[in-house]
Formats: sequence, structure tokens, C-alpha cells
Amino acid sequence: MTATTTETPAATAAGSERAFVDFEGVSLAYDDSGNAIEDISLSIRDGEFVAIVGPSGCGKSTFMKLCTGLHGPTQGSVRVAGEPVTGPLKISGMAFQNANLLPWRTTLDNVLLPLEIVRPYRSQFRKRRAEFVGWARELLRTVGLEGYEDQFPWQLSGGMQQRASICRALIHQPKLLMLDEPFAALDAFTREELWCVLRDLWQAQRFTVVLVTHDLREAAFLADTVYVMSKRPGRIVERREIDLPRPRELETTYREPFTSLVLELRAQIGEIRGGAA
Amino acid sequence: MKATTKERLAPWLAVIALLAIWEGTVRALNVPPFLFPGALATFEAMITFAGPISMHSWQTLWTTVVGFGLGVAVGLVLGFIIGSSRFMYRACYPLLVGFNAIPKVAFVPILVVWFGIGSVPAILTAFLICFFPIVVNVATGLATLEPELEDVLRVLGAKRLDVLLKVGLPRSLPYFFASLKVAITLAFVGTVVSETVASNQGIGYLMMSAGSQMRMPLVFAGLIVISAMAMVMYELFAVLEKRMTRWAHRGQDR
Repeated sequence: MTATTTETPAATAAGSERAFVDFEGVSLAYDDSGNAIEDISLSIRDGEFVAIVGPSGCGKSTFMKLCTGLHGPTQGSVRVAGEPVTGPLKISGMAFQNANLLPWRTTLDNVLLPLEIVRPYRSQFRKRRAEFVGWARELLRTVGLEGYEDQFPWQLSGGMQQRASICRALIHQPKLLMLDEPFAALDAFTREELWCVLRDLWQAQRFTVVLVTHDLREAAFLADTVYVMSKRPGRIVERREIDLPRPRELETTYREPFTSLVLELRAQIGEIRGGAA
Repeated sequence: MKATTKERLAPWLAVIALLAIWEGTVRALNVPPFLFPGALATFEAMITFAGPISMHSWQTLWTTVVGFGLGVAVGLVLGFIIGSSRFMYRACYPLLVGFNAIPKVAFVPILVVWFGIGSVPAILTAFLICFFPIVVNVATGLATLEPELEDVLRVLGAKRLDVLLKVGLPRSLPYFFASLKVAITLAFVGTVVSETVASNQGIGYLMMSAGSQMRMPLVFAGLIVISAMAMVMYELFAVLEKRMTRWAHRGQDR
């Protein structure tokens, strides 16, 4: 299994044009029970869309915590934008499977929440509020939530809540968007709709995305590069560039060569799970 | 009659039914009024003694409200402290549970020694009995925070206090308002208990002294006045709760 990690030099080579996120031999153990992730080396280009797939409990979420500086590595080093990560990285925005909107705030106020917290906007919030509201409305419009700004989250459907959650993650114009299975709780149609929303947002703004997912079609449709992680302790066992032309249309996911690509990935994951699939 | 009007009248019908059963039973069994007065005799006493009753009720009401106010203030502060850190939660919770298990009547003699008889022991008993549910509710509301939401905010550089003020406090408001309803009724219990033991004012005192003179209709009148006051205050806080935390009652308000 370790043999495949020899692919990582290639990864660094590909990313050498400009590494935005740079992991070097990173391991993390939460306690004495062993490493959650082990010896991860990879680099992500500025503006690259990366998807991380792997079996449950392989440490994908741990990877996110390391990337955003919410957790420090036990071994190795994590650098983002050339700087070693020492604490929470405010140039990142996060969204999770659960939209986690605050029920007492309107959709608009939920999206504005990060600006009330993150520097330098925090101290300007009162003065520039009108401008910030403009940003939020614009963002909500691009994800198709125009007209829902003053609704409360519990008046929105699950898919709409997730759109708002992504807006909240993007409102402070982060360089790095971290998504932890953001579409997993949605029905298939809504999920595919949101793939396209995310695709368009990314195409327009070109932030760097790390998408953690179980869904191989999702990974292959959206990402430039897919990393496959092994069972715990999580290692990167495969790096795969998706060189399908962009912009990608949803229909391509039902045709060759997309389908065989997903099948190959699927076979790989099956192998990692020990043929239990 | 429409179903909604029926529902609105239901509690009043229940009261009337109860009064009727009360009066009927007393009459049918021919119980002497100095043991168990009927509803009518009680009502009569209420009118005859309207003056003293309203004076003593006012005493009970204001001591209760002051004690309750203290309870809210202390309960909020303690709840905030305990709910804002896991360590404090672990450290203080068992103590609070132990304290809450002590019957508050047991404090009255101590309070009398310290402050003499009168309003102060009544206020303090009301306070002691009512702050606990507030502390527990506020602390619980603060302590239950989704870890993912915390991540979202922490990555933006949010300090613990930011998270508490932006998320924790608003989230604990429904718990807080729910606890006020419980606390105000408990506060009445505290005041009246203290008045029965150590006061020469208040509904508790009035009932005590009327009881010792076998003027049972007056005792029952006192009981009814207390429960009426408690009901009004409860309803007041129920309305306040609905007003302040509409988002927590979605779907129910109609």
C-alpha cells in the first residue's frame, strides 16, 4: 500500500508551479490510540479544486482540521500560502454536512455572521454594514436564494439551507474553501443541482477548494485532482488528475469517459475496504 | 360552537366544574364550614375580608417578585459561568444538585436568626427556591453547542466569548424563558412558606392566623388568591417567552 505513495513526488512536481497548501510528512494522533492520519504529503495549487475520498473514518475530517489550523500536526509540517500554519486560518471558510444555520437569524444575517467575527471586517461591521449586506445579497443571488434573504432557516428546504451555508463560508472572500460532505444529506436531484452551483461559484471566483466526500461521482465531476485515502490510519494511496474539459456539464457524468473513471476509483476504494464492498 | 372557541373556553369550564363539585360535595356530606368550607362560603369570605386580603396579597406579591428578580439575576450569572466552561460545569453541577435537594423550609429558621422576621426571610426564601432551575437551564443552553458550528467560527478567529455571545446566549434564551415560568411559581411557594413560619404579614401569615382561629373560609380564600396570582404571573412569562423566542416555537404558534 505504501508503494503507491511514491506517487507523491509527482504530485509535488505538478503543484510546483505554486503550492498553496503544502503538507509534508504530516501525521496526527489525537491520543495514544494511534495516528488518525499518517505521513501525508501533498500540495495543492492556488485555485485548485481538490476532492478527498475514502472509506468512513479514514481521517478526512482530520485533514480538514489540519488544513485550517484548527489542529496542529503531531509530525511533519503544514504550510498554507508559504507560511507555516500555527493557528486557525481565517482565510478559510468551512461548510459541513449539516448546514448549522442559526435559527434566530434570518438567512441574510446568517450569511453575515462571519463578517461580525473575522478581522478586519469585524471592527468595520457597523460602519460598512450596508456594503456587507450588498455582498451577502449578491452571493445569495448567485446561489439562487434571491428573495429568501429575510426568511428564517427553518422556513427553507434542506438544499436551500445548504446553499446559505456555502454563502456563509464564502462571505469573507476566503482563499480556501473547506467542504466536509456538504451535500451528503440532500436528495439526489438537489445534490446535483448544488454541484453545479458550486462549480459556477468556483469557476467565477477561483478560490482553492478542498472537498471531502464519499461520493465518487461528486469528486470526479467537480475536482481537478482526487486523492484517495486509506482506512485508519489515513494515508494518501492514490492521486488522480481529472483532466475532463471544463466547464463540465452534468450530462457528462452519465457518459464515457466519466463513467469508467468513476468505476476505477470505485474499484480502488473497494480494494482499500478489503473487498468487503 | 367553533372548535377554537371551545378550546379557549375549556379551562374556564374546568374551573366552574371544579367549583361545582366542591360546593356540591360539601353540601351533600354536610361538612361544617370550620372544617372544610364550600366554594360559596370561601367566596363570601373573600368579599368580606377583601381589604386585609388585598393588603397581605400585595405583601406576598412584591416579596415574591423581588426574590424572583434576585433569582433571575443570580441564576443568569451563575448559569453563564457554569455553562461557559466544561471545567466549571463539572466542578459546580454536583454542588448545585446537592443544594437544590435541601428543603428550603429548613433555611427559614436560619434566615430568621440572621435577619429577624418580616419581608427579608420571605424574599430570600423565594430567591433560594427559584434560582436553581434558571441556573440549570441557562447552563444547559450554553453548554450544548454543535462542534461543527464552533469550528466554522473558530477558524475565523472567534474567541470563546464571541462564540458564547453570538451563539450560546441566543441559543439558551428559550431554555431561560422556559425556566422563568417554573421559577416564578416556585418563588411563590418560597414566600408563602416563609410567611407561615416567620412573618406577621403576607398571605401565608394571614392563612396561618386565620387557621388558628378556625376561620377556614378565610384560609381557603388565601389559598385561592395565591394560586390566582401564581397563574397570572405564569401566563405573563409564558406570553413573554413566546414573544422573545418565536424561532424556537416554530410551527406551534397559531
